[in-house]
Amino acid sequence: MLGASQPWVEWSWVRTHLHVIRHDLWEHVLLTLIAIGVGLLITFVLALGARAWRPLEGPLLAVCGTLYAVPSIALFALLVPFTGFTTLTAEIGLVGYTLLILLRNLLAGLDAVPEDVRDAALGMGFSRWRLLTRVELPLALPALFAGIRVATVTTIGLVTVTVLIGEGGLGALLYEGFNDNFFRTEMLAGAVLVVVLALAADLALVGVERVLTPWTRREAG
Amino acid sequence: MAAAVDIATIARWFTDGSHWQGSDGIPHRLAEHLTICGLSLAVAVGVALPVGIILGHLRKGGVLAENIANLGRAVPSLAILIIAVPFVGIGARPAELALIALAVPPLLTNTYVGMAGVDEDVRDAARGLGMTGWQMVVRAEVPLALPLILAGLRTAAFQVVATATLAAVVASGGLGRYIVDGLAVRDNVEVVCGSLLVVALAVTVEVLIAGIQRLAVAAPLRNPKSYTTDEQLEESVHETVLDPAA
Repeated sequence: MLGASQPWVEWSWVRTHLHVIRHDLWEHVLLTLIAIGVGLLITFVLALGARAWRPLEGPLLAVCGTLYAVPSIALFALLVPFTGFTTLTAEIGLVGYTLLILLRNLLAGLDAVPEDVRDAALGMGFSRWRLLTRVELPLALPALFAGIRVATVTTIGLVTVTVLIGEGGLGALLYEGFNDNFFRTEMLAGAVLVVVLALAADLALVGVERVLTPWTRREAG
Repeated sequence: MAAAVDIATIARWFTDGSHWQGSDGIPHRLAEHLTICGLSLAVAVGVALPVGIILGHLRKGGVLAENIANLGRAVPSLAILIIAVPFVGIGARPAELALIALAVPPLLTNTYVGMAGVDEDVRDAARGLGMTGWQMVVRAEVPLALPLILAGLRTAAFQVVATATLAAVVASGGLGRYIVDGLAVRDNVEVVCGSLLVVALAVTVEVLIAGIQRLAVAAPLRNPKSYTTDEQLEESVHETVLDPAA
């Protein structure tokens, strides 16, 4: 076994490298937050476009689907000659992969709004904009949140790969531990933290969704 | 810095004879890539299909099937790949472990959902015809679950072929070598050409399995929407279960 003489956890290393771990964890969170934030923004614009002009929906989903189907390492690598070893390269890829998941879920959520509800709102004199922001979007939230959860957990995994283009967040711990003669403590720290981060983010999103959609609980309970 | 990346430099890289021979040649790297993928997929199918079929037939373990899919998403392949190294060494072995872990969730979940989703009426009819549990699985349930099972295989195969690129990180072969080596020495042309090879392979695999899906799935089941109408379901059952020639 490689590096068999070392223990899996050297606490002295952890204690002296807390700032490194904190830095990588924060970078990981930041890369993920930017990706999901920008992804959501673009998704809203695309969804509004698709709602305003229906024939746009198919082509939009097809473009996002094609982007989603490009292997991640290949996509990051293909961008390097143009945008270099930068955060921008990482984010273009990360945002690109969120679009299909988010857009599909948001459109499905909007489509599922009952016609009666829409009619009632219009009958009460709601404008198109108020109908969208006060009725349709809130009712689409559960579907959108399902998408945000999948996109977030997927993005947290994808961020590790960006270590190959000089980013990586916790992926840097994995990669540097590996390159530092299979230093187990560092590799394990990266692996454990990235899984914990993904599960924690998923749980946090479930919590946020419950707060934002109290009516779904009343129905279920 | 290496030469600028444009159509001409890419074309020159691909037409350079030295990139088509030897252990760093495209044929050899492609063979390595396919070997790692084939082996991993075979093991994953060997594990996930029987488990999914049995659990789905017994209608047990739905929570397990769902959680495995969620857990699979939360554990990145790069983490498995690197943590496996102290146990199995560098090279193809850790890559295969990571790829098996990547392929099992979509295969298992889809197989389970497909099997558990077979209509209770169909199962009753199969029992009424005197089928044993085993016959019911082979002649009624699996054919009806096949569209979903193959969709799972398609997802798994695509992800495995794409992610096998990472194997190069742990000193294995495969098409990822061009990307990882190219990035290391900032040879953008090699990076881009390696990426194009990976994309081309992933698309080829996707198209091939889509073809298999078309051939292997009973005609009435090909359009998922038709699955739900009773007449067509009966038709499909007639075709796949009652046809004596089948």
